[in-house]
Amino acid sequence: MGRSHCKETAHRAGQDVGRSCILVSIGGKNVMLDCGMHMGFNDDRRFPDFSYITRNGRLTDFLDCVIISHFHLDHCGALPYFSEMVGYDGPIYMTHPTQAICPILLEDYRKIAVDKKGEANFFTSQMIKDCMKKVVAVHLHQTVQVDDELEIKAYYAGHVLGAAMFQIKVGSESVVYTGDYNMTPDRHLGAAWIDKCRPNLLITESTYATTIRDSKRCRERDFLKKVHETVERGGKVLIPVFALGRAQELCILLETFWERVNLKAPIYFSTGLTEKANHYYKLFITWTNQKIRKTFVQRNMFEFKHIKAFDRAFADNPGPMVVFATPGMLHAGQSLQIFRKWAGNEKNMVIMPGYCVQGTVGHKILSGQRKLEMEGRQVLEVKMQVEYMSFSAHADAKGIMQLVGQAEPESVLLVHGEAKKMEFLKQKIEQEFRVNCYMPANGETVTLPTSPSIPVGISLGLLKREMAQGLLPSAKKPRLLHGTLIMKDSSFQLVSSEQALKELGLAEHQLRFTCRVHLHDSRKEQETAARVYSHLKSVLKDHCVQHLPDGSVTVESILIQAAAHSEDPGTKVLLVSWTYQDEELGSYLTSLLKKGLPQAPS
Amino acid sequence: MKLYCLSGHPTLPCNVLKFKSTTIMLDCGLDMTSTLNFLPLPLVQSPRLSNLPGWSLKDGNAFLDKELKECSGHVFVDSVPEFCLPETELIDLSTVDVILISNYHCMMALPYITEHTGFTGTVYATEPTVQIGRLLMEELVNFIERVPKAQSASLWKNKDIQRLLPSPLKDAVEVSTWRRCYTMQEVNSALSKIQLVGYSQKIELFGAVQVTPLSSGYALGSSNWIIQSHYEKVSYVSGSSLLTTHPQHLTAAVDTVHQSLVELPSGLGFWSKLVVVVFLFLFYLIFCRIIGRKRCLLSLPSSSFSQPMDQASLKNSDVLVLTGLTQIPTANPDGMVGEFCSNLALTVRNGGNVLVPCYPSGVIYDLLECLYQYIDSAGLSNIPFYFISPVANSSLEFSQIFAEWLCHNKQTKVYLPEPPFPHAELIQTNKLRHYPSIHGDFSNDFRQPCVVFTGHPSLRFGDVVHFMELWGKSSLNTVIFTEPDFSYLEALAPYQPLAMKCIYCPIDTRLNFIQVSKLLKEVQPLHVVCPEQYTQPPPAQSHRMDLMIDCQPPAMSYRRAEVLALPFKRLFEKIEIMPELADSLVPMEIKPGISLATVSAVLHTKDNKHVLQPPPRPAPPTSGKKRKRASEDIPDCKVLKPLLSGSIPVEQFVQTLEKHGFSDVKVEDTAKGHIVLLQEAETLIQIEEDSTHIICDNDEMLRVRLRDLVLKFLQKF
Repeated sequence: MGRSHCKETAHRAGQDVGRSCILVSIGGKNVMLDCGMHMGFNDDRRFPDFSYITRNGRLTDFLDCVIISHFHLDHCGALPYFSEMVGYDGPIYMTHPTQAICPILLEDYRKIAVDKKGEANFFTSQMIKDCMKKVVAVHLHQTVQVDDELEIKAYYAGHVLGAAMFQIKVGSESVVYTGDYNMTPDRHLGAAWIDKCRPNLLITESTYATTIRDSKRCRERDFLKKVHETVERGGKVLIPVFALGRAQELCILLETFWERVNLKAPIYFSTGLTEKANHYYKLFITWTNQKIRKTFVQRNMFEFKHIKAFDRAFADNPGPMVVFATPGMLHAGQSLQIFRKWAGNEKNMVIMPGYCVQGTVGHKILSGQRKLEMEGRQVLEVKMQVEYMSFSAHADAKGIMQLVGQAEPESVLLVHGEAKKMEFLKQKIEQEFRVNCYMPANGETVTLPTSPSIPVGISLGLLKREMAQGLLPSAKKPRLLHGTLIMKDSSFQLVSSEQALKELGLAEHQLRFTCRVHLHDSRKEQETAARVYSHLKSVLKDHCVQHLPDGSVTVESILIQAAAHSEDPGTKVLLVSWTYQDEELGSYLTSLLKKGLPQAPS
Repeated sequence: MKLYCLSGHPTLPCNVLKFKSTTIMLDCGLDMTSTLNFLPLPLVQSPRLSNLPGWSLKDGNAFLDKELKECSGHVFVDSVPEFCLPETELIDLSTVDVILISNYHCMMALPYITEHTGFTGTVYATEPTVQIGRLLMEELVNFIERVPKAQSASLWKNKDIQRLLPSPLKDAVEVSTWRRCYTMQEVNSALSKIQLVGYSQKIELFGAVQVTPLSSGYALGSSNWIIQSHYEKVSYVSGSSLLTTHPQHLTAAVDTVHQSLVELPSGLGFWSKLVVVVFLFLFYLIFCRIIGRKRCLLSLPSSSFSQPMDQASLKNSDVLVLTGLTQIPTANPDGMVGEFCSNLALTVRNGGNVLVPCYPSGVIYDLLECLYQYIDSAGLSNIPFYFISPVANSSLEFSQIFAEWLCHNKQTKVYLPEPPFPHAELIQTNKLRHYPSIHGDFSNDFRQPCVVFTGHPSLRFGDVVHFMELWGKSSLNTVIFTEPDFSYLEALAPYQPLAMKCIYCPIDTRLNFIQVSKLLKEVQPLHVVCPEQYTQPPPAQSHRMDLMIDCQPPAMSYRRAEVLALPFKRLFEKIEIMPELADSLVPMEIKPGISLATVSAVLHTKDNKHVLQPPPRPAPPTSGKKRKRASEDIPDCKVLKPLLSGSIPVEQFVQTLEKHGFSDVKVEDTAKGHIVLLQEAETLIQIEEDSTHIICDNDEMLRVRLRDLVLKFLQKF
């Protein structure tokens, strides 16, 4: 009977936070997890190398499905390229909010790349539309049957609206892929949750593998203090964000603060996506946290009073203001434009609320660079204050450990993190949970042997008989279940031996033994039989010993008859007869009787 | 496997299924038709209602006149209205493990079950079901609690007295079990026991049974359920809809033409008849054009507002329990919507008001969507539409946030992102206004003529009572019944005499009998179980043999307080063979394509999951003394030896004996076989087709040697 294995190739997620694309082979099925693009590159390195998957075969033939965990471009950015330009026609699974928002972000990014930067060899609007036609939306906890053997199930992941973790299952083997997740509820999203599904492998992100973040409240207070101080001294605050995700979290934070402290400085949210984005949050309110869901009828948290739409001209207005602008890593678009305008004034401040990929302006200024080379050999001197505050909703080390504890996997695989930090986490996981932990590099393949048990059908008669007889198997003498496994085509049935014979139309062959035991006893046969009976009765207390009217003695189904010896009248012959199935008892009885009977008490 | 039927109402079911070791309640519907026997609860003191004469027995005995009042020949109980609960005595409800809810109408008895029977289990339902169910309960509690009534009548329930009462009070069933409404506290406690589930989510119950909700297409979040083990499957179908827009108006128009033909005066000659026919046909074509376009506009959007019904997953059921079919099998929902709109427009144009008694969720979304399309073209833009319910605002808001539970068209709107239901726009443009009750803001804004949507459809409590009293006297006004749960004539009885027009356009999108027979053909269950009402034509249309379930084998029917033994026998159970054990098995091919392996293993059972593990290796003998003791132990007779099969070819057997050193083998033929004699050893072996008998002296070594030789020729099972 077969054994199988599951194989995992970290495609572009290994030890790097740039993008996610993982290939899992499980029980003969191939599933691609996420299809991200690298925001730090503007050339071919932006997209994963899909030729790696099949060498030269068709992707549709090779892949059984693609799963997208959430709408961030480092998880879905390469999807139209993959499906329309490389060519994939199979199903793509994602949650409803992801399906709604993903094409908008893709289109937004396409515009920046093609229309503004004039890049060629990029996907078109039509390709995004065609790609989205291949999407199948999934509900949380819905078991989606991809085909007869492969099923997937989504769990809530927090992180951003519609983010999900996915369980991929073939037979009794399973893999859980977390995507990005957050284990602590925040102002607008809930915490990730998974049941004790005991997967063979848990693939988890490890962006914040070593960080155990200080309390959220401290971070928020810090953030508000910095914004407040800058505004008080008449400075402008730029907060580069992605249109959906942290933006809403920070908006809710500032909105409530503005209301409490009664501040007058305007807050703007860069145009385009803003209103639309907030609309998505309103319509998909069931994906937000409990508090927002409960109160949305009275007050929808995503209808902001203090936050207004931004116009490009506002950037030059005098006086303090706070602007949320996209994109979040300052690599293009409006946030970069505003940054360039405000960078020269030390009164201003830019707050980076999330992780920045290497190569982006965001990453450069965060690593302390103050002179930036811009396009056209311009050098931009950064005088404004630069602050980094981790507001991205990733699980920290504690959260990752918590999730491993929830799911109870047989082994863990770390992706989407930096090698050094992952090493630390790997040790911790191996220590605490005593499971194997892997951290593959890009393009590296990890193979895990699994040994699934084999499900068969047991006839209810046999099972009930067994359960009735020995509900409490003692440790010393475990009871054995005996049956026959019938293997016909692909069906496996375990039945009692009698039933197996019957089902196959075979007759039972009875094997019987009769042994002659000679006893010195001059009394009559009946008396000998009576002595045998009382002797056995006293020895075999746990067995059913009977003296039948015809003079024979039975022990369970073993028959003992006493007969006269043909030659020696002082000897009696005991005929002990049993079937093969009672062999042990029969053999025991003959040896017992051979020793003779105790003297009859007379 | 048994089914305990606790409700007699086919669309408000409550059944308990005992399956394997679990006890599963399927829905807990609350029969509210009992409230029709009570006087309405007016929001504003109603002199008419309070001055109704008390009812007295024929002999003039008036001892009941405080409890019973008479109105236009009908007798009503003057008391807090009471509901007819599901049976609570048939089965100990504290043993119920889980309750599966299929839609928000079928959970109204939940607080009675979870709060007063010792129930400690879990309730499963989808999120829209719970949220809208909560609104329905909230509204009900609010309606009843805000009109405190001092009197609670109980005298009339006495069996000896009830006998003397006029119909329908005389025939009311189980009046002793009727209960007053629950409180909000009980509602909250009941709802806290619900666990949310999604469509196609597999939920394990104690490792023994798996339950799965499926989309049923009827209402937001409505579901059918599959209850299955590895080898058995029960489908529970409740409140489902297959409705898609279909050109029903064509057949209607053909009927009109046909009827006119039949009704032509017989005096006309053939030719003139023909001319009339041609004329009628032309007329019909034009009619189709006009009506067709109009009807298309007015076709029922609900047909497609929730996710379509999942039929495929119902296939291969051993038993299919079928409840919640349409209550108006003869009416076409599309046609009803058209009638609703045209009556509404007619009344308003003539300066009258329209009252629509309704639930705060469900059909009202359809009606609003139709009106949204119809208002402008019908010139109703200036008519105010009021939606009055304590939960009106919540209902309208909640309807917009369940994108994932909606049909594809509506989902696409959400992706844009736009609200899925157009009533958002009606509210924005101030055409539709909603109020928690007639008190407060509403009294300032109230303009006539107008259209009012309000509850409760039984006309016994809620703001609707006020409007019935207010508008009932004028024939300009119209009340349009759209909810199918209550007989409109009975609902209107305590308001008689009435000048107001009454239109009955029940909209029930649940399965009709044609759809059911199609469904059954499609999913082919082995057995169908349904309420007895579905196995015969409706009493009012006893000739309509098409208005009943027709399937083979005939459906098993149930009625209230009955226990059905479901007709199937479980034969197999799933068990897992550990890989180490599987590796040790030696399959042998018995027939082409069929292999056997004998299995001796240790059975482990935990949480209803069975696993076979390899038998433990015999402990190595530690010392000689101990081993001796062991052999003297009385053997455990429960150690099973395999069965044997096959037959022993005598010649080969003899050869084998000789090879193993038995030199004096003699064979004798008998009637049934052979006897093999080993003279020296005084041993005799009888060999027949199906048996072998070794008779020897008490020489264990010899016996074991012979046994092993015999076994070589036999197969073990």
